[in-house]
Amino acid sequence: MKIAIVDYGAGNLPSVERALRGLGAETERASEAAQVSEAAAIVLPGVGHFGAFVAGLRERNLTEALKAARQAGVPILGICLGLQAMFASSEEAPSDSGLAFFPEKVTALPTNVKSPHIGWNQVRRVRESRLLCGVPDDGYFYFAHSFAALGAARATVAACDHGVSFAAVIEEANLFGVQFHPEKSGETGALVLRNFLESL
Amino acid sequence: MPLARRIIPCLDVDAGRVVKGVEFAGLRDMGDPAELAARYNREGADELVVLDISASNQGRATFLDTIRRVAEQLNIPLTAGGGIRTMEEGRAVLLAGADKVTVNTAAVQRPELISELSQQFGAQAVVLSLDVKRANGSWEAYVRGGRQATGRDAAEWAAEAVERGAGEILLTSIDRDGTRSGFDCEATAKIARTVPVPVIASGGASTFEDFRAVFTDGCADAALAASIFHLETHSIAALKKFLAERGVPVRQSR
Repeated sequence: MKIAIVDYGAGNLPSVERALRGLGAETERASEAAQVSEAAAIVLPGVGHFGAFVAGLRERNLTEALKAARQAGVPILGICLGLQAMFASSEEAPSDSGLAFFPEKVTALPTNVKSPHIGWNQVRRVRESRLLCGVPDDGYFYFAHSFAALGAARATVAACDHGVSFAAVIEEANLFGVQFHPEKSGETGALVLRNFLESL
Repeated sequence: MPLARRIIPCLDVDAGRVVKGVEFAGLRDMGDPAELAARYNREGADELVVLDISASNQGRATFLDTIRRVAEQLNIPLTAGGGIRTMEEGRAVLLAGADKVTVNTAAVQRPELISELSQQFGAQAVVLSLDVKRANGSWEAYVRGGRQATGRDAAEWAAEAVERGAGEILLTSIDRDGTRSGFDCEATAKIARTVPVPVIASGGASTFEDFRAVFTDGCADAALAASIFHLETHSIAALKKFLAERGVPVRQSR
């Protein structure tokens, strides 16, 4: 089964590619709507600015293709900014719309803690999680972000605390998202990607 | 659930090899960057920093190739830099596989470089490399590999850089670098209390106790060292065990 890694014109795709291939997956970079439409599973990686990200998707006609894939039940995994783009909007770019798979708004981390939230942190399960299956409770993941969806978001299955409780892992039907970088989170991160591949 | 304090080995790279300066006597070869990177990735490093110490035009292509080779070995974050002058050079470093790029001299000369990189790639991808030397109870920022004073107060420059979009500070104490007399905890604490972003302490690491001190007294979010790891004076696992036993939160490999 071929996994489409969405290429929106920026972002560090090689590391995500390498991590998935290392687990035996076949990957393809998808920068055109047709590639997204034909994919058996989709990974949406992202770094940088919310506005630039959703503009990059829009310019490549990928927004509608992703929405159609979601409706068709194709598994989609959003990573970091890719998770944030699954929400309705973000304070980082208030005039831009996200994919709106989830109704909530992405907000800035509070100012009473260091931001960006950069480094290795632990997550707290709030519901049963497919992605975290077999991951020890004290496992660490690598985060690098200044915005996040609040932990109270409907699809949150695991939260992380950094000044506020935010969504570290989201899951709902065929939708998956992680605020951390599984491809940069050592063996623990590899386990999360393996769980995604095994859910296909 | 506190953020783990990070242990970061640093590879100083010249012409595709990891080197270590030896007291004006030239550079000592410490090995192949990709091989060292693979070892640190395996041994539980939390991140890796690769710095181009040649920072010459002709060396740039070689350095980008080194970043690619190193990135292939890692499933942890990679920071790279050294002599980055323009947005395009920064982009090249990130596209070669680094997650973050460091800027130093060029950012002092033209602070907009930080804003440009941050707007394009996000604050989490931009690290201000800040070399400081103690002066009259404060610290002054230096550039050109620590050889040239800027006349700027280090804390004030750090604050401006963060305001412009730097997401992290890599703070090197010139007074301590290479001395093995411990991190400059005072300078680290000063900068860490001034800016709202993580601070990586560098320069002077020798003993496990030095690391404990810079995390607890220096308020560092991460600590960087080179030769003590390259020479296998210390294993990362043993260092993390030492820190964990003293209440410093670290990510321990199992």
